[in-house]
Amino acid sequence: MAMRQCAIYGKGGIGKSTTTQNLVAGLAEAGKKVMIVGCDPKADSTRLILHAKAQETIMHLAAEAGSVEDLELEDVLRAGYAGIKCVESGGPEPGVGCAGRGVITAINFLEEEGAYEEDLDFVFYDVLGDVVCGGFAMPIRENKAQEIYIVVSGEMMAMYAANNISKGIVKYASSGSVRLAGLICNSRNTAREDELIIELARQLGTTMVHFVPRDNIVQRAEIRRMTVIEYDPKSKQADEYRELAQKIIHNKNFVVPTPITMDELEDLLMKFGLMDEEDESIVGKTAAEEACAV
Amino acid sequence: MSALTREETQALIQEVLEVYPDKAKKDRAKHLAVNDPTLEQSKKCITSNRKSLPGVMTIRGCSYAGSKGVVWGPIKDIVHISHGPVGCGQYSRAGRRNYYVGMTGVNTFGTMNFTSDFQEKDIVFGGDKKLDKIISEIDLLFPLAKGISVQSECPIGLIGDDIEAVSKKKAKELKKPIIPVRCEGFRGVSQSLGHHIANDSIRDWVIPNRDHDQSFVTTPYDVAIIGDYNIGGDAWSSRILLEEMGLRVVAQWAGDGTLSEMELTPKVKLSLIHCYRSVNYIARHLEEQYGIPWMEYNFFGPTKIAESLRAIAARFDETIQANAERVIAKYQAEYEAVVAKYRPRLEGKRVMLYVGGLRPRHIIGAYEDLGMEVVGTGYEFAHNDDYDRTLKDMGDSTLLYDDVTGYELEAFVKRIKPDLVGSGIKEKYVFQKMGIPFRQMHSWDYSGPYHGYDGFAIFARDMDMTINNPCWKNMKAPWQK
Repeated sequence: MAMRQCAIYGKGGIGKSTTTQNLVAGLAEAGKKVMIVGCDPKADSTRLILHAKAQETIMHLAAEAGSVEDLELEDVLRAGYAGIKCVESGGPEPGVGCAGRGVITAINFLEEEGAYEEDLDFVFYDVLGDVVCGGFAMPIRENKAQEIYIVVSGEMMAMYAANNISKGIVKYASSGSVRLAGLICNSRNTAREDELIIELARQLGTTMVHFVPRDNIVQRAEIRRMTVIEYDPKSKQADEYRELAQKIIHNKNFVVPTPITMDELEDLLMKFGLMDEEDESIVGKTAAEEACAV
Repeated sequence: MSALTREETQALIQEVLEVYPDKAKKDRAKHLAVNDPTLEQSKKCITSNRKSLPGVMTIRGCSYAGSKGVVWGPIKDIVHISHGPVGCGQYSRAGRRNYYVGMTGVNTFGTMNFTSDFQEKDIVFGGDKKLDKIISEIDLLFPLAKGISVQSECPIGLIGDDIEAVSKKKAKELKKPIIPVRCEGFRGVSQSLGHHIANDSIRDWVIPNRDHDQSFVTTPYDVAIIGDYNIGGDAWSSRILLEEMGLRVVAQWAGDGTLSEMELTPKVKLSLIHCYRSVNYIARHLEEQYGIPWMEYNFFGPTKIAESLRAIAARFDETIQANAERVIAKYQAEYEAVVAKYRPRLEGKRVMLYVGGLRPRHIIGAYEDLGMEVVGTGYEFAHNDDYDRTLKDMGDSTLLYDDVTGYELEAFVKRIKPDLVGSGIKEKYVFQKMGIPFRQMHSWDYSGPYHGYDGFAIFARDMDMTINNPCWKNMKAPWQK
């Protein structure tokens, strides 16, 4: 089977890294050879697989060695749970430098060093929440990830972000082979969340690949720097991630998304009661003004 | 004049514009004009200081070029760091022939290239720590440097480095002015914004440095030469005239200039502005903040020199005014001999210019002193106040071209067939190969100075040896004769 490259996007804090690592653990358990490429200067995309925060990121090692040309692949590649290969791009602390350039440099390095030529079934890119610049779009450019999964929940801003990411995919889909492969709902236990995300997926022209229910065991595993599958393989939540992994293995539904307008998104939110009908008369009114008016 | 009539010039512009697609044609049409000296304002005939069109060959530079290359670079006793990747600093090093006196590498640094030589890791992790370190190293290696300026290249603005914070910290630590300059190349439409940014940094980080220090003893005759870059020694052949007039040149910058002279500028009685475009901002600031009046002057050719000397003297007392007459009289025999020698060889020759800040208008008088005529002129990065100053100096129905494209300049020259083209190094060989005499008018083609009476003699000689060079008669290959 040819290597499949997938990128995980979604609003910051939605659970991209947790979902990715649990999903990848599920794939590895099913016998797949997988590599995770962390594309976030925080470098916490492989923590649950390695049982440690990767200190040796590509960019930090490159800075120490002088330049990225001075590095070898084995300096940056670590194997974790079930032989999952882990690498982190790394980058600057918040507020300085250019993290986007770090992602570009790191991915170019991996390509040049032949990290993708190994006998891999899947590569997963775990990308920082907001695609703030070209650097964080690097994983979805030509010859990189062809499948994008968006992690989303029933919260308004998460859905807003999912729609925006879809817009970005349209841009790159027109010039390359990148496609939206589906939404993964990481539940926040909001009302009618599954129906809402199924509907959002439909409007974006894709499907909800899986609904991952909320379960405290995820946090318990995380405290131990482990995935649920490794921490408690018999738990119900582990089965959920195994199911997600199976669905992704068999997923063939790759589309150019059809992002919706702001109005359409608001209509959807109103339909599901996440947002009230817009009342023009209250726009720009302070609480004090409203009190006067009553 | 032997050149074109108004209608013919207008037709020529139309003909040249014909090759462009409609949108480009519409845009470029605004930048090409037939001169009408009766107009008071250039905005009636020409548009300037706009973004160049993609796809054309423009001759412009960038903000970094305007700041590091033009305004800051010639200040000789401070180190200018080209902050960013190595190329900007290396390819702009010492190319402008800003002459200076001093021991390079000891107390002056004009022809050296200091760069932070950015690598990938500096982009990703930011360059502030590196900047901090190299400022310390420069201070250690070159203790006689009076200060340091940080000239930002493009990546500095892109990655958001805080060079102001580093500069403040290091200035305190080293007790020297460290001047951050935000002249990233992508800012603005040409080098012109770089001049402005450099002026603003001088205003903020240099000019007020001696506001509370009254130790400098002033005289009523203190002047500053601002905006002479001393190319081939221009400022030197200018300041002697002022000094002979009895004025005291307290500051001369940027050419052969020092930090101390810049700091003393607010103490003078009059700012003398040579390149209006690149320093008018600081002249206005000195006027507003310190009440120092400013005036433009032109030291190209005896007519303009005499006009300028008298205008400058008019700002002072009768002694200075009498001195000005004496200076003009003193050099009269000298410049008359120059005119007598070269005018017969150059009379009636037609010139087209395309240069930068002030030369497209300032040199016209010098050509006219030699009996020559400037039939077309234009600026790379002028604003409309420059064209306002140009209309009167150019003859009726002559050609004006703003931010001219490589194609347009070539097409105009082919049709107008001037006897001389004066422009930059990139244009030089194109026209020479067309068989047209050419002078590189940015750095005086490795010659100069051209300012002042001394410079006029060199100017006249250079124009003669270019136009009347026997090589132009041998442009045809022997087998084609």
